[in-house]
Amino acid sequence: MDEALVIAAHGSHLNAESSTPTYDHADTIRATGAFAEVRESFWKEEPSFREALRTVDADEVYLVPLFISEGYFTEQVIPREFRLDDWDPELWDSDGTSATHATLSAADTGQTVHYCGPAGTHDAMSDVIVQRAESVTGDPDVGEGFGLAVVGHGTERNENSAKAIQYHADRIRERGRFDEVQSLFMDEDPKVDDVADYFESDDVVVVPLFIADGFHTQEDIPEDMGLTDDYRTGYDVPTTVEGHDIWYAGAVGTEPLMADVVLERAADAGADVSAAIAQVREETGGAKPATGD
Amino acid sequence: MDGEYVDALVATAPDGIAFDDLHVTHGSDGYTFRTPDVDRSGIDEETLRTVAASPYARNWYFWHATAPQKADRWAFLRWLEGAQQRDVAERYDALADGIAATWGELHLTVSRSDGERTYGVRHRADADVGTSALDTYDDPLDAREIAKHDDDGDYRPLKTAPSLRTGWAFPELSASEFVTTVDAFYPATIANWHREREGDLDVTHWRETVDRQTGIYGVVRTWDRGDGHEHVNWVAEACCDDSQCLKRREWQYDDETDLDVDGGSGAFPCREPCSLVIAGARKWTKLEGEQSRTYEFELTPSEKEQLEDIIDAVADGEAEDIREADIYEGANRYRARFLRAKLFDDEGNLGGVETE
Repeated sequence: MDEALVIAAHGSHLNAESSTPTYDHADTIRATGAFAEVRESFWKEEPSFREALRTVDADEVYLVPLFISEGYFTEQVIPREFRLDDWDPELWDSDGTSATHATLSAADTGQTVHYCGPAGTHDAMSDVIVQRAESVTGDPDVGEGFGLAVVGHGTERNENSAKAIQYHADRIRERGRFDEVQSLFMDEDPKVDDVADYFESDDVVVVPLFIADGFHTQEDIPEDMGLTDDYRTGYDVPTTVEGHDIWYAGAVGTEPLMADVVLERAADAGADVSAAIAQVREETGGAKPATGD
Repeated sequence: MDGEYVDALVATAPDGIAFDDLHVTHGSDGYTFRTPDVDRSGIDEETLRTVAASPYARNWYFWHATAPQKADRWAFLRWLEGAQQRDVAERYDALADGIAATWGELHLTVSRSDGERTYGVRHRADADVGTSALDTYDDPLDAREIAKHDDDGDYRPLKTAPSLRTGWAFPELSASEFVTTVDAFYPATIANWHREREGDLDVTHWRETVDRQTGIYGVVRTWDRGDGHEHVNWVAEACCDDSQCLKRREWQYDDETDLDVDGGSGAFPCREPCSLVIAGARKWTKLEGEQSRTYEFELTPSEKEQLEDIIDAVADGEAEDIREADIYEGANRYRARFLRAKLFDDEGNLGGVETE
């Protein structure tokens, strides 16, 4: 029976580039031929979450949210808009970062939907963060002498938002590859504004855990960290801030290896995509085994 | 290819074929092959293979082995070549010259040469432009990038806004590439168009749509105040007009209450308020919560008319089209700057009156 992958992402009414990582990762996965169809869908763009399933021919769908954390979108908006009527957050039995999948039926199309946890909380995401650090420094062995800051939005409304950031920071710290690893936030303590205060290392890689580059990753965070007074004038990578060289990576979701995380989510939900995973890891530079795990 | 469709016909004959004026069966007395031009029965396989070299057999093969089988995509391709209005002979004649149709701002074509159907997609404004004068593409997914920005380079958040960029063509697509391309320009329009034709369109009206909103959009549920659904008429008039969106609004206030404004004339139905409408309604819900006040300042009759002209020009997206020196237009930039210089105080208050 044909199977489809549907990626659910936020999109934007204002920023044309918001959907770009979603398209890119979908294209990478499409090229593996692992699914009969790969479909992008968006909260703010088209096809909307409400109508994506009817554009897919397959009876069986792996639905992967391209979101960073569990919370409002993964627990309320996506199940509601995709009409997964029997959805209950209990089905994921998650502590905030441990959701895997739940199998449901879509009310309007009758398709079987394997509703997966968000890409951002999958263990493989830790590898993407590290890969992002490699990409921005141009050093495949980056780590020694370097600190790593994993940056999240942070919000008092949803504790899972911070949990996802801390989860990956902890995992990467345990590997011992970087001298220091710290989670920082825009809207709660510890704040990214004070990045220099949290590191002893001379060099610090800053990786924002966002799916797309936009207002926060391109304007707020660079200005907050003191990389530039005005984002429009740009900044160097690295830029020296209070004696530290800050290697600012931009949104982690733009890293090509992110396509692997989407596939891993579908694999955990039962999709037979091991060959595609191997291919994508090879093509996107994530082929080598993660160290320290 | 020639052998392929004949082989398929022979293999399928025992199940019986009845499609587009082609009838083929296989019984104890041999094969029967019938089209409007040919009527043979009791023939052996060799004879069947000879008579099967027919447009009717090719046509059957295309629709069952080549065309996408998903019902809506299949129906869309049938609609394009007028399969309900033309029999196979007429259709194949027409396909030799090429058949065209309009889908929103898209100009769609199908033609037949060397026995194969070839599909094309371009902007309807480029219908008569030579393909060599256009940027040509062959990957259906390139449509996603083309659809992102209008001719001025501005981002198009609404795929069905009537602002599709010109100057490109997908001149040579297969049937499945073709439906993928159309769907990339106008997602879900084929699916909803088909549902409507089948009497199966699931319309979600305004009331139901806003009732399920949560988070920052939950406030839209409080929209009904005072005049009730009159507010929703204003939303539809603002957003769902043909000048703003090529979908035809099928959603109403609720099951019993139609909106007063026209839903537009687009080919593809709009089955519920979209995310742009909801985002707009959220803003208006907040703005409409304010009580009106009386402000007093003086305008000349021409100044009042100029304000009306400015609002019209912005609302209709015509402000940028007004020529730099055309001071006869109320929304001309110099006219607007003069009005601001004369009527605004240093704080930007109209007529020197504070907003409060």
